[in-house]
Amino acid sequence: MSATPVDPTDGSGLTSLMGEPERGRFGPYGGRFVPETLVPACEELEVAFTTAWADPTFHAELDGLLSSYAGRPSPLTACTRLSEQLGLTLLLKREDLNHTGSHKINNVLGQALLARRMGKKRLVAETGAGQHGVATATAAALFGMSCTVYMGEVDIERQALNVFRMRLLGADVKPASSGSRTLKDAVNEAMRDWVATVEETHYCLGSAMGPHPYPWMVRELQRVIGIEARQQCLDLIGADPDVVTACVGGGSNAIGIFSGFVDTGAELVGVEPAGGKAIGQGVPGVVHGMLSYLLQDEWGQVVEAQSISAGLDYPGVGPEHAYLADLGRARYEQVTDAEVIDAFQLLSRTEGVIPALESAHALAWVSRARDELAGRVVLLNLSGRGDKDVAQMMDILG
Amino acid sequence: MSADTGTAAATTPVGSLEAHLRACRAEGRKLLIPYLTAGYGAEWTRLIEEVAAAGADAIEIGIPFSDPVIDGPTVQLSTAAALRAGTTPGVVLDAVEGLDAGVPLVTMTYYNILFHMGLKRFAEGLTRAGISGAIVPDLPLEESGPWTTEADAAGVETVLLAAPTGSDERLARVCERSRGFVYGVGLVGITGERAQLAESATTIARRLKAITDKPVAIGLGISTPDQAAEVAQVADGVVVGSAIIRQLIDNGFDACVDFVGQLRAGLDRG
Ligand SMILES: Cc1ncc(COP(=O)(O)O)c(C=O)c1O
Repeated sequence: MSATPVDPTDGSGLTSLMGEPERGRFGPYGGRFVPETLVPACEELEVAFTTAWADPTFHAELDGLLSSYAGRPSPLTACTRLSEQLGLTLLLKREDLNHTGSHKINNVLGQALLARRMGKKRLVAETGAGQHGVATATAAALFGMSCTVYMGEVDIERQALNVFRMRLLGADVKPASSGSRTLKDAVNEAMRDWVATVEETHYCLGSAMGPHPYPWMVRELQRVIGIEARQQCLDLIGADPDVVTACVGGGSNAIGIFSGFVDTGAELVGVEPAGGKAIGQGVPGVVHGMLSYLLQDEWGQVVEAQSISAGLDYPGVGPEHAYLADLGRARYEQVTDAEVIDAFQLLSRTEGVIPALESAHALAWVSRARDELAGRVVLLNLSGRGDKDVAQMMDILG
Repeated sequence: MSADTGTAAATTPVGSLEAHLRACRAEGRKLLIPYLTAGYGAEWTRLIEEVAAAGADAIEIGIPFSDPVIDGPTVQLSTAAALRAGTTPGVVLDAVEGLDAGVPLVTMTYYNILFHMGLKRFAEGLTRAGISGAIVPDLPLEESGPWTTEADAAGVETVLLAAPTGSDERLARVCERSRGFVYGVGLVGITGERAQLAESATTIARRLKAITDKPVAIGLGISTPDQAAEVAQVADGVVVGSAIIRQLIDNGFDACVDFVGQLRAGLDRG
């Protein structure tokens, strides 16, 4: 246990939920714990995003790209066979149908536009499953920027297809060979790169985590998921869903869809991998620029997460989720790799949709909690498609 | 020399680290602050004593952390090895308590180590171990309040980093709040040996010397006695880490101590 008390009512006071975090704080969480060299860059980014986000021209540009390039709005699919089998109404928000195959493109197009405004000519990114790396490489190609993506050696192996995809798109994929050689270490390498190249490089962080303004900025850029889904639910069933669920790695797809429903009566449920249950463990800590829940040992050394899914193999979580958990506005459940493998196959067979292993976590929880959820309307953020995971599953399922 | 140290600094008593470094400077001696990784090598505590005897004016002791984002390959190698050998913050503080290095000691570790132990407990632990100061490279000025409150209360001097990317206005605020000395970041980047001295090293030294009369030591990338001497023409001294650890890795204990002696000689030659 941490001996440093974290009081949920501490910090800047209770700002309105999902508003702009005052001084980068979500209750006591968040902040900007970065090397001194990076402080001016974070400040510059905060100003640039604040200005752009208040500028209709920026929104017009971004919305144009999201529709004509990324294929938004993503549809809402009502599952018929699976709903019947589980005894509930399951709605899928189809982020898997976006260009590049996941919700990551929403964030990346926004940050790439911002980087261009800031005069940056190079993007650097970390990636776990490779989805954020692919999205960043894609935006860099589109904008004519150079791009370096750091990826843990372990992930390079289990996501070989995405590595090739990034290289095809012209990105330089560099292995992170220290520590657990997964997402955590890819973030370390990306930050080290950024420290050395900050004048010409924008760090295109892939989740609602890291130092201020990233958790806020990424949430705003992913908010489009929640805004669309709310309207789509109203159009389809004439009401808000009873439950909104999403998988949680750093937490961007979850915070994106939650933001559309935080002011409704819907229950918000984030699903973590059992081997990466930062919130489940509930010990606060500081890494990668933020104060949030963090898997760590008795001395504060960060512990390596363990998950079948490279995109959720992360020991921390975005600070706004820590805050929502403390407030009780969202709850966080954990599922095992075995449950995820079952859910992956379940959705494939009953609905003809092969989910990303990450997204399959949310379904694994729905499937396990079916009794509790009986008769209710459950909106699930299908954050990505499973093409990238097929080779890995082939090995597992034989 | 400078009006910018302001009233807050004027009312803060000068700590033992700063007093020692000021006294060295007053004698015309350029400051040498070597970095050593705690727990790296079986004889790491003896190394601290030998490095002190070889001419260090203070020693920075790295407490290994799992995710050292400001460190390059050399320091990473040493801290990862130390962690594998079971080096915990508790082990480090206990071991240092029994030392008599004869020069002030300063820890260098990442914020989660402090945060997890509890800020007050960490500060008191340093005091008990006879450690004068602390460098926390991922704790910038804006986030430093909770820690510096505890550190100040325990009499631990918190050394802040001042980077080339900072505006003049920011550097002034950093200098004002820094205790012990001001750690000028010699380059835009991470720790590691460099063949050439970055131009930014002398530039940041000049900028800092113009606004503070606290001791100014430049670190990051300083790798040879000549480079150290060149920076110290402008700065009050240098922090040398990776180049020292590299000697230890490649050539062993004696070569490492010998190298510190060469850095001392380089600085004394000027
Ligand atoms: C499809 C998919 N979903 C979810 C995630 C996890 O990220 P986040 O929690 O930020 O949504 C990833 C990350 O790689 C992903 O590829």
